[in-house]
Amino acid sequence: MEKTIAGKTINVNEEGFMTDFGQWTKEVGEELAKENEIELTPRHWEVLTYIQDQVKKEVGLTIRGIGKSGIVDIKEFYALFPKAPLKTATKIAGVPKPASCI
Amino acid sequence: MSENNTGLKKMMIILSKATLDSVYAAFVLANGARMEGYEAEMFFTFFGLEAVHKKKMNDLRFATVGNPAMPFPTMIGGLPGMEAMATKMMKKEMAKLDLPEVPEFLEILSASGVRLWACKLAADMFKYKKEDLYEEIEAIITVGDFYARGSEPGTQMLFI
Repeated sequence: MEKTIAGKTINVNEEGFMTDFGQWTKEVGEELAKENEIELTPRHWEVLTYIQDQVKKEVGLTIRGIGKSGIVDIKEFYALFPKAPLKTATKIAGVPKPASCI
Repeated sequence: MSENNTGLKKMMIILSKATLDSVYAAFVLANGARMEGYEAEMFFTFFGLEAVHKKKMNDLRFATVGNPAMPFPTMIGGLPGMEAMATKMMKKEMAKLDLPEVPEFLEILSASGVRLWACKLAADMFKYKKEDLYEEIEAIITVGDFYARGSEPGTQMLFI
C-alpha cells in the first residue's frame, strides 16, 4: 500500500507499518506520531532512536528489553506512548511490528 | 488506537492456581493486553495468591503429577525431586525466551499499568494479610468488588 506523508510517498502494510525503512525520515516520523496522537518530545526521540538501533542490530524488541535499555523504564515508556507502546513506537520509528508476546 | 475496532477494552484475569504454567499464562495474557492498548486487571484467588505472596512467589513450580503433557509418566513425576528438576529445566527454556521470573514479571505488570487485586475469601482462608503480599497489590477485595470493576461494555473475564 502506498501513502503520501510529509510530502513523501511511503509503502506501508495493512496495519500502517512502513515496509521500507529507507523511506523513513524524521519528518515522516513526526507525521506518523501525529496520526497516533503523539506530540514528539526529545524523550520520545531518544526511545525511537534506541528502537531503530536495536532493529539495525537485529535484536528482538520486547517490553522487558526496553525496560532494561537504560533509556527508559517501562512506566515512562507507557507514559510516552500511552496506547500499545511497543506497537506505536515501532510504527513511528518506521520499523516492523515486533513479533513478541512479552 | 484507530485499528482497535473489536470492541474489546479491558481484560480481567482471575488466577486461581500456583503452578508456574498457569501463572505464566495469566501474566502473559495480562501483559499482552496492556501491550495491545487494552486495560488489564488481575484477581488472585485460592492458590493463585501464592504468586503474589512475598515469601512464596520465588518457589513456584511446574506440576509434574497429573500433567499428561510432561515427557514422562505421572508415577515418575511423583518421585522426590522431580518437580524441582522439571522446574529448573523449564526455567532454563523460559530464560532463553526472555521470560522473566515471577517477581520481575509482577514488576513489569504493575509498571505497565495492570491493576492487581487479591481475593478476600482466599486471603482469609490462608490467613494472608495485605503486608504478606506483593506491595503493588492495591487491596484485598471481594468477588463482588472485582465484578463491579468489570461492569463496563467491552470487558472480558478469563479464569485460569
